[in-house]
Amino acid sequence: MNRALNPSGRTATALLLAAPTLFLALFLFYPLQGILRESFERSGSNLEGLRPLIENRYYLERLWFTTWQAGVSTVLTVAVALPCAFVLSRFTFPGKSLLIAIATVPFVLPTIVVAAAFTALLGPNGLINDSLESILHLDEPPIQLMNTIWIVLAAHVFYNFALATRVIASYWANLDSRFGDAAATLGASPLQTFMTVTLPLLRSPILAAASIVFLFSFTSFGVVLVLGGPSFDTLEVVIYRETAFLFNLPVAAALAVVQILFTFVVTTSYTWAQSKSAPGGLTAQAARRPQGRAWILVAGVAVFMLAATLAPMAALAERSVHGADGYTLEFYRSLNDNVRGQVTFIAPATAIWNSLKFAAGTLVVSVPLGVVAAYGASRIARGRAAVEAFFLIPLGVSAITLGLGMLVTLDARPLNLRGESIILVIAHSLVAFPFVARAVAARLRGLDPRLRQAALTLGAHPVRVFFEVELPLLWRSIIVGSVFAFAVSMGEFGATLLISRAEWATIPVAVFRLLGQPGSLHFGQAMAMSTILMLVTSAGFLVLERMRFRDLGTF
Amino acid sequence: MKKSTFLLLLAMGLLGLLATACGDDNGSSTNEDANSDLVLITHDSFSLPEELIEQFEADNGATVTILAKGDGGTMLTSVILTKDNPEGDLVFGVDNTFLSRALDNDIFQRYESALLDDVPEEFRVKGNLVTPMDFGFVNFNYDIAALGAANLDPPQKLEDLTDPKWKGLVVVQNPASSTPGLAFLLTTVAYFGEDNYLDWWKAMRDNDIQVTDGWETAYYTNFSLYGGSQPIVLSYSTSPAFEQLYAEPPRDDAPSGNITPDGAVFRQIEYAGVLKNADNPNLAGKFIDFLLSPETQAAFPDFMGVFPVNSKATVTEAFTKFGSVNVDVAEISDDEIAKHRDEWISDWTNAVLR
Repeated sequence: MNRALNPSGRTATALLLAAPTLFLALFLFYPLQGILRESFERSGSNLEGLRPLIENRYYLERLWFTTWQAGVSTVLTVAVALPCAFVLSRFTFPGKSLLIAIATVPFVLPTIVVAAAFTALLGPNGLINDSLESILHLDEPPIQLMNTIWIVLAAHVFYNFALATRVIASYWANLDSRFGDAAATLGASPLQTFMTVTLPLLRSPILAAASIVFLFSFTSFGVVLVLGGPSFDTLEVVIYRETAFLFNLPVAAALAVVQILFTFVVTTSYTWAQSKSAPGGLTAQAARRPQGRAWILVAGVAVFMLAATLAPMAALAERSVHGADGYTLEFYRSLNDNVRGQVTFIAPATAIWNSLKFAAGTLVVSVPLGVVAAYGASRIARGRAAVEAFFLIPLGVSAITLGLGMLVTLDARPLNLRGESIILVIAHSLVAFPFVARAVAARLRGLDPRLRQAALTLGAHPVRVFFEVELPLLWRSIIVGSVFAFAVSMGEFGATLLISRAEWATIPVAVFRLLGQPGSLHFGQAMAMSTILMLVTSAGFLVLERMRFRDLGTF
Repeated sequence: MKKSTFLLLLAMGLLGLLATACGDDNGSSTNEDANSDLVLITHDSFSLPEELIEQFEADNGATVTILAKGDGGTMLTSVILTKDNPEGDLVFGVDNTFLSRALDNDIFQRYESALLDDVPEEFRVKGNLVTPMDFGFVNFNYDIAALGAANLDPPQKLEDLTDPKWKGLVVVQNPASSTPGLAFLLTTVAYFGEDNYLDWWKAMRDNDIQVTDGWETAYYTNFSLYGGSQPIVLSYSTSPAFEQLYAEPPRDDAPSGNITPDGAVFRQIEYAGVLKNADNPNLAGKFIDFLLSPETQAAFPDFMGVFPVNSKATVTEAFTKFGSVNVDVAEISDDEIAKHRDEWISDWTNAVLR
C-alpha cells in the first residue's frame, strides 16, 4: 500500500506498465480500430447491416454455446490438472521432466493433425474401436465420439491440461506445507485439510490457469471446426465465416467487439476473484521421493498423463511410419525430395529453422514484456484486477480480425511492417506474452512482501532487490510462462496465415500444405512433419526447462 | 552457481542470435529494386514448377514473390480490404463462385492477354478485368474397396443418395466455409431447381449426411480411404488421379473413383487479375501471359489438380484417365450466383445445420 502512495514508486510503476501497454496499443488496438472502422464503414452510416445480430437468435445462441462450452472445458481441465499438479509439485521421480515435456506437446499440435490422431485412436475404424469390436464381438464401433460435444470437450482438456497443471504446480511447489501439517495435527482428515486449507491457498494459481483455459476454449477455432463439426460453432468460427466466406464485415466486426468485451469482463472477474485469494506463505519446498503408498498416487498420475497425451501422439507417429504395405520410413525420406520441383515446396530443414527462429524471437519479445506487465500490475493498489485482465485481451481477439487489421494498418511508414518478418514475431508475441504475465502474476501474489521489505530495509536498491530477491523466486514461473510462449509460437496458425510469407513457412504451415492435396503420400508426409513438430517442440521444452537461475531454478 | 549463470547467459545469447538471424533475412529482401519485384497474391493451393518461375524471372529480369493468404475466401477478403494499398500486383485464384464479389469491389484493372485467342469463349469474362486460368470439377468421389466390401454400386443420380442404404455414408463440406461445399450447393440448386433443392437437402439430412467445415477434414478424417466412416466424399474429379500419382507405395490404378451424374458436377473456373493500385502492372500483365502460356498451363493438373483453359496445353495421362469428366455440368450463370449466393447459403444453413 505504502508503495503505491509513494510518488517515485508510482513513476516506476507507470514506466513498468508503459512497455506492455505501448506494445498492445501499437500492435493490437491500432490494427483493431483500423479493421473495425473499415468494416463498419461498409455498412454506411446506418446500422441496417447489423440488424440480423439482434433479430436472428442464431448469434445469441452461439454466444451462449461458446460461453458454456468454455466454462465446462475449464472446470474439467482444472479438475484433471489438480491431482497432476499435486504429484508434480510434491514428488521427484525418474523421468519427471520428460513426462512434463511430453504432456505439454499437444499444445502446439495443429488441430487437423490432432483430429487425425483422434481418428486413428477413437475413430470408427480406430485402434480402440477395432480392438473392442474384436474382443467383444460387436458389429458396430462401440465408441462413437466424432462430431459430438464430448470430443470437443475432451480435446480442450487434451490441449490445455498441461498448461493448468504447470501453472498450479509451480505455485504449489512453494506452498508452505506447515499449514497442512498444522491442520493435520489438529485432527483434520486429508480431505478436510485439502478442502479447507490447501484449496483456498491454491486459489490464485487455479484462477490464473482457469482464466487462460477459459479464454482458449472461448476462442477455440480449429478444435471446434475439425472435431465438432458445423453444429458446434463458437463465436470465433462465426467471425471467420462471416469475414472470409459471407463477406459480412459489419456483422463480423460487431461480433469481434462482443467477443473482446465479453472476454474482458470474464477475465476481470477471474483476476478480481484472484485478488481476494489468501496470500500464501510461500517458501522453497524440496520435492521428495515418494514413499510407500505415495508411489501408487505418483504412478497413477504418471500413467494417466502418459495415456491421455502420449496415446494420441503415438497414434500419430505410428501413422507417419505406416504405409499400405506395412512399416516404412518412406514418408520421412521423401519429405526432402521436391520431386515435382514445386515452387511452393517447403523443405523440412527450412520449416524447422523458421519455426525455431520465430519462437526464439517470440521469447525475446514476450518474456520481458510479460514479466514487466505482471510486475507492474502487482504494484498497483487499486484496479489491479482490471489491469491484469487488460493484458489478457490479446487472447480474446479473433485471429482473422487481428490479421486483417495488421494488413490494413501496418502498411505505411513509420509502421510499414508488411513483408518484414518482425511482424510475425509481433503477432506470435501478442498471443504469447499473456501466458508469461499470467504465470508470473500468480507467483507474485504468493510472494511474501516481507522478503522485499527486509531487503529494502537493509539498504538494497529496488533494482538490486528485484534481481537478488524477487527474480530468483519468480524464476520457476517465468520458465513456465516461457515454455508456453515457445509453444504458442511453434503452433500459431491464426493471424500468421494472413501475414506470413512463403519464405517464412513454419512446420505447421508445411503440415497444412501437405494436407491440402489428395494422395496417401501427402497424408503420410503430413503425419511425418507433425511428428517432427512434436519432437522439435519437446526438445525445445527440455532445453527451456534446463535453464536455471542460480541454484533456485529446480524447485 | 557459476556454471548455471554461464548456461543462462549462453541461452540468452543464443536466443538473441536467432532473433537477429530473423531480422537479417528481411533486411536483404526489402532492399530489392521495386521495379523488378513482382508480388503474386494467391491461395494455399497454388503451386507451379520452380524452374518455370525461374525462367520467367530470368526472361524479365524480375523476382517473383508468392503470398499465399489462406483459403480462397480469406484471400479475397484480404485483397478487397487492402485495395487502396495492395500487398501485391496480381491475384491468382478467384473462382466463379466468388467472382462477382471481386468485381463488385472494383479491385482489378483491365488486362487483355493476346493468348486469350486460345481460350474457349465459354471461359472468358466480359471486360477482361480478370483472365481465366483453369477449371476443375467438383463432384463426389467414392472409395472403390469400401463400396465393394459393402456390396454397393456407386449411385447413378443425386436422388439415389436419399436411399436408406446410403444412410450416414456421404460427407460434404459446409458451403459457408468451403469452396467445394459452396460449389456443390450451387450444383444442387441447378440440378433440382431453386424451389426443390432444399427438399433434397432435408432428405439428406434425414439420411444422416455428414457436413465438415473444410475439405481437409472431409477427405482426411471422414473419408473411409483414410480411416473414416464415409465411403462417399465431396471432392474434385482430379482427386483419384492424385491418389494414383502420389501413392505410397506406388500403384497403377486409383483407389477411388468419380461419381459424375449428368448435371451434378460443378465446373469451377479460376481467374487471375491485375490489381488496380499495383506497383508493377506491366510486369503483372506479363505474368498473366506466362500463366496462360501452353508450357505453364500444362503443369496445372499435376501441380494444382485443375485443367488448363488454354486449348493448346497438353495434359498428363493420369488426369485424362482418372480425372477427366465427360458429362453435362451444372448450369448456373454467374449473375444468378452473384444475386442469390448469400441467400442460398443462409437457407441451406437453416435447413441442414439448425
